[in-house]
Amino acid sequence: MTGKPGGGRGWLAWLLIAPAVLGLVLFVLGPTIAVAVMSLTDWQLGAAEAAFVGLDNYAALPGDRVFRIALANTLVYGAIVTPVSVLLGLGLALLVEGAPAGRTFFRSAFFLPVVSTTVAMAVVWEFLLHPSMGPANLLLGTLGIAPQNFLGHAGTVLPTLAAIGIWENAGFNMVLFLAGLKSIPRELYQAAAVDGADRPWERFWTVTFPLLGPTLLFVVVIALLRSFKVFETVAAITQGGPRRASEVLLYTIYQEGFGFFRIGHASALTMVFLAGLLVLALVQIRLLDRRVHYR
Amino acid sequence: MSRGWAAAALRLAVLGLAAAIFLLPFVWMVSFSIKPADEIFTGRLDLLPSSFEGFLNYARALELRPLHRYLLNGVVVCAAILFFQILFAAPCAYALAKLRFRGRELVFGLVLFALLVPIQVTAIPIFLVFSTAGLLDSYFALVAPFTASAFAIFLFRQFYRTIPDDLIHAARIDGCSELSIVWRIIVPLTLPAATAFAIFSVVAHWNDLFWPLIVIRSPELNTPPLGVMAFRSGEAGDRYGELMAGAVIITAPLVAAFLLAQRKFIEGISLGAVKG
Repeated sequence: MTGKPGGGRGWLAWLLIAPAVLGLVLFVLGPTIAVAVMSLTDWQLGAAEAAFVGLDNYAALPGDRVFRIALANTLVYGAIVTPVSVLLGLGLALLVEGAPAGRTFFRSAFFLPVVSTTVAMAVVWEFLLHPSMGPANLLLGTLGIAPQNFLGHAGTVLPTLAAIGIWENAGFNMVLFLAGLKSIPRELYQAAAVDGADRPWERFWTVTFPLLGPTLLFVVVIALLRSFKVFETVAAITQGGPRRASEVLLYTIYQEGFGFFRIGHASALTMVFLAGLLVLALVQIRLLDRRVHYR
Repeated sequence: MSRGWAAAALRLAVLGLAAAIFLLPFVWMVSFSIKPADEIFTGRLDLLPSSFEGFLNYARALELRPLHRYLLNGVVVCAAILFFQILFAAPCAYALAKLRFRGRELVFGLVLFALLVPIQVTAIPIFLVFSTAGLLDSYFALVAPFTASAFAIFLFRQFYRTIPDDLIHAARIDGCSELSIVWRIIVPLTLPAATAFAIFSVVAHWNDLFWPLIVIRSPELNTPPLGVMAFRSGEAGDRYGELMAGAVIITAPLVAAFLLAQRKFIEGISLGAVKG
């Protein structure tokens, strides 16, 4: 212990970490434990008393229609947004990387949706997709296609929200891929060219893709995490409708917890959400470990 | 040679088309924000209004809702959050990176755990406590839960580990106290990491809807996203020209900042990827 830098300065170290540790205990660790405990009760805000009900809240989840719909919708949303936004991000990164001109412009154009306030852009999208006045439908009209109520129909609302999610996230993924592409040594492309791989797609499959593999997995996990947290567009445009067709997990937690104040039930939902985050985080840590081993 | 030229042209054409699609919502947003109401309802696709009435929609949007107030709230909240995040995280990160003390592993474990847990998980208990204590519907409620940032601690710790111990040793031999080491050596070296973190933090909290939606009831405390929600659901909801003008006003500050410092923004935001 002693002899190392800062040895014997324990009191100073604790002085330095005290505010942050206090904050983390009060606002992260404590509340997380509280949610876990509350998920074992039948507490409803305003009820006279609450009882310990063990795992009843969890046992009730599989039979809970709203929860099943929300979970399924969240998974479908993620299953659309993740692969499309990752592949689009990769495609855009490859195109931008090799662009003969205007690289900064294109990179900024694709990244712009990432920095734009999601709620504001959600309202813009809602108007653009308006069944009678929205320019999207007017554009379809000029092609002879009848106007669609994209966000108002149970069958199209989730794919439409997913399309907005893709628009929001593709640029983010592109930037991560651009960083990955930059770390590929130029000489490898020259070596591949000497070996006869001189067509663009040959270079891609022999050099770029194998070396980009770890980045690709990393981006997929991050995209899954981000899509798992979808909330803004749903809260701003559809409120889970029509007929719960766009009900997603975070929106259900929000409504049950802060709309109906069913604290016990909402806490159990929150624990399911946390479990999902944990699984994805564990995958991410394993990937990061593996990436270190490559080097 | 001509084949290379054709490939370059094709690449630019594809990129141009993709960029046009990505930018179209922005173009339409701005276009409709300067159109008079009757031109919006006739449903024509022209980008420019045939009779330009100036920025009337913007003036009316500001009349309908105090959007400038929402922006100011956003600035106050983001600045307060960032100030406390750095104030708390930097010393903690320094201690974790450079000092040996009992319980260090435990504290770092707490940081790693906190890194995993977003506000959506901790919202219910924090809300209940704030509600009991009468702290809801205030700047305090908007700021407090985010003041201890595990991500900031993690990031700064990584950064401090790259500072050679010898530098700190030399300063100690020269008679510097631990606090003046922090102030004279560490703080200046923190700036690049702090800049990247600042961009990440401001973008995240400027755009956050979940927590403000839970704790704020008074319209005068609306953050920018809450302001958009209020605008949409109120009487202005189907006055699309004003609505688009409002959306431009709310998105403009971050977009302008991004266009001025693109590289820094992309660095800062992609840093957050580790956090998911």
